[in-house]
Amino acid sequence: MPATKSATKSAEKSAETSMAQALNAALADALAEDPRVVVFGEDVGPLGGVFRVTDGLTAKFGEDRCFDTPLAESGIVGLAVGMAMNGLRPVVEMQFDAFAYPAFEQIVSHVAKMRNRTRGTIGLPMVIRVPYGGGIGGVEHHCDSSEAYYAHTPGLTVVAPATVADAYALLREAIEHPDPVVFLEPKRLYWAKEEVRLPARGEPFGRAAVRRAGADATLIAYGPTVPVALAAAQEAVAEGWDLEVVDLRTLVPFDDATVTASVMKTGRAVVVSEAQGFAGVAAEIAARVGERCFHALEAPVRRVTGLDIPYPPPKLEHHHLPSVDRVLDAVADLQWEDA
Amino acid sequence: MAAKKPGADLLPDREPLRFIDADGRPVKPGKSGGAAMPAPERLLDAHRALVVGRRFDRQATSLVKQGRLAVYPSAHGQEASEVGAILGLRDTDWIFPTYRDSVALVTRGIDPVEVLTLLRGDWHCGYDPVAHRTAPQCTPLATQAPHAVGVGHAARLKGEDTVVLAFLGDGATSEGDFHEAMNFAAVFKSPVIFFVQNNKYAISVPLARQTAAPSLAHKAVGYGMPGVSVDGNDVAAVMAAVTRAADRARKGKGPTLIEAHTYRIEAHTNADDATRYRADDEVAEWRRRDPVDRLTAYLREAGLLDDARAAAVAEEAERVAADLRDRIDDQRPPAPAELFAHVYAEPTAQLREQAALIAEEV
Repeated sequence: MPATKSATKSAEKSAETSMAQALNAALADALAEDPRVVVFGEDVGPLGGVFRVTDGLTAKFGEDRCFDTPLAESGIVGLAVGMAMNGLRPVVEMQFDAFAYPAFEQIVSHVAKMRNRTRGTIGLPMVIRVPYGGGIGGVEHHCDSSEAYYAHTPGLTVVAPATVADAYALLREAIEHPDPVVFLEPKRLYWAKEEVRLPARGEPFGRAAVRRAGADATLIAYGPTVPVALAAAQEAVAEGWDLEVVDLRTLVPFDDATVTASVMKTGRAVVVSEAQGFAGVAAEIAARVGERCFHALEAPVRRVTGLDIPYPPPKLEHHHLPSVDRVLDAVADLQWEDA
Repeated sequence: MAAKKPGADLLPDREPLRFIDADGRPVKPGKSGGAAMPAPERLLDAHRALVVGRRFDRQATSLVKQGRLAVYPSAHGQEASEVGAILGLRDTDWIFPTYRDSVALVTRGIDPVEVLTLLRGDWHCGYDPVAHRTAPQCTPLATQAPHAVGVGHAARLKGEDTVVLAFLGDGATSEGDFHEAMNFAAVFKSPVIFFVQNNKYAISVPLARQTAAPSLAHKAVGYGMPGVSVDGNDVAAVMAAVTRAADRARKGKGPTLIEAHTYRIEAHTNADDATRYRADDEVAEWRRRDPVDRLTAYLREAGLLDDARAAAVAEEAERVAADLRDRIDDQRPPAPAELFAHVYAEPTAQLREQAALIAEEV
């Protein structure tokens, strides 16, 4: 069958959209609606980004609105700081998680602190898009989960969408946000498709979503581990467990209320995060749940995370990534015999 | 005839731009590289700013010794560079200063008390950066340079004729952000002036340990922008060089690197001991090239500055210093609640909890 005909047919049948397409639509709609929005980075122009998230934007909006820069991440983020100071709303791409490290000083010393340094006089409405995480067979320096560095830095808002609709909605909100946002795009979900109607708008930053209601235990996940948690919850039904899945959506601001309410109800919690576990976001979540839900807990809060190792080579990465089995093992460990 | 080497037109002149020599004598015309000597009234403005700036700087140094400021990185010896940079710009232009550029800020018309807020320890930036088009004084070296390019690039996209000047020191030219900012500005033809005050030392480390380049101004050619060398103790030359670079930037011709040759007479800060890394003879030699005395001598000789005007300027400088002494102690840190007010536009629930905790403690 000719490919073009098939593509046309599927488009007619449904509005199946990938996360990368939803992000592209969010950028295009923001560029169209707000003349202050500018998109730039490495290869985001005519190429459309290595993941095609900026595909077609230069052609549609011109080189002043979406453009390639010299290859220098600190310069890109620093440029964005100045442009935001002068009234624009820059959205920059870091190409890969581990390529953002040269910009780290700009992010922690300036992006995060400008509003505070200037007693609120200068806010920086800017978005740093970071394709992040592993599971795509990427070689070294292409698969880091760097969210802890950003979440640990006061002044940054840290967002990690897990669904196609949220990718659109959260990116639109990030671009409209008065403060700088580190927008973590789970690379392995770029090609995940959903039937969505765009433009989709969702709950504001700081509201977690209960993706699956359940009574027996809460799986707390964000970004790339939300589908893992949902798959685990599906399999757990056969084991007789009814699991609730909370998708955090934003790490900062953190929605203590939704997480606490869920764990108070279920009495058990497993945090699922792809990043290495030590001193990570999952540790913070486990601590917060412990502090708030101690008397309701039937078992210690468990973490299922990546290993405390540099991100492994592609042929070994499956050992590192939290799997459905590992999540179910953790759930099995939640002292059910005492229930 | 051999073809000129590519980029040769971007190289700095053999001698720094200078209108007034160390003894206050006018330099022979024709050695000024095509830049124009500022008009007499602008030189008188510069004289006033130099005298006030010198007095401010001395007062700030005294305040540290009295324990009324936590620290002060003195600009003594560099006043002509800082004053000249400001007076070469328009008030609508942006500047991105470092911690040593307090005299530049005072010249911009920022309240001296607000200039010293950072060093008094009350808040990180004491003035309104937007109202004064003056970014917060930057401590991490060269990190403000990409911001300057960003403000300039945004101005260009918006059709504004704003020029942006980034202050840097010789040490900062070794930082990665200096390179990235220079490169971005040149590629985007941003209206930016990279103004390097080469005061010969990065705290204790001499220029020879920062670079093997023939001069810092020579670095410009590698980015495709002109490099200009200027006598940083000749305020007339600094003003002229900055004005020329600003005109060029405003015409859409892109950035300029200016290297102002000057010298830090005082130690890095009160916490530093400069005798450990430089000789007294060297300091004495630079004292002989004092920027304030130099302009004063020139203006006297040219008949532009009489006793009455000199006395009026000195009196104004004393008033600025007295006012600073009177008001610096009145400054009180904001209430602790403000610690949480500017982290985000809207404090998070967690910050509201912590603010309540601190409110209970006080």
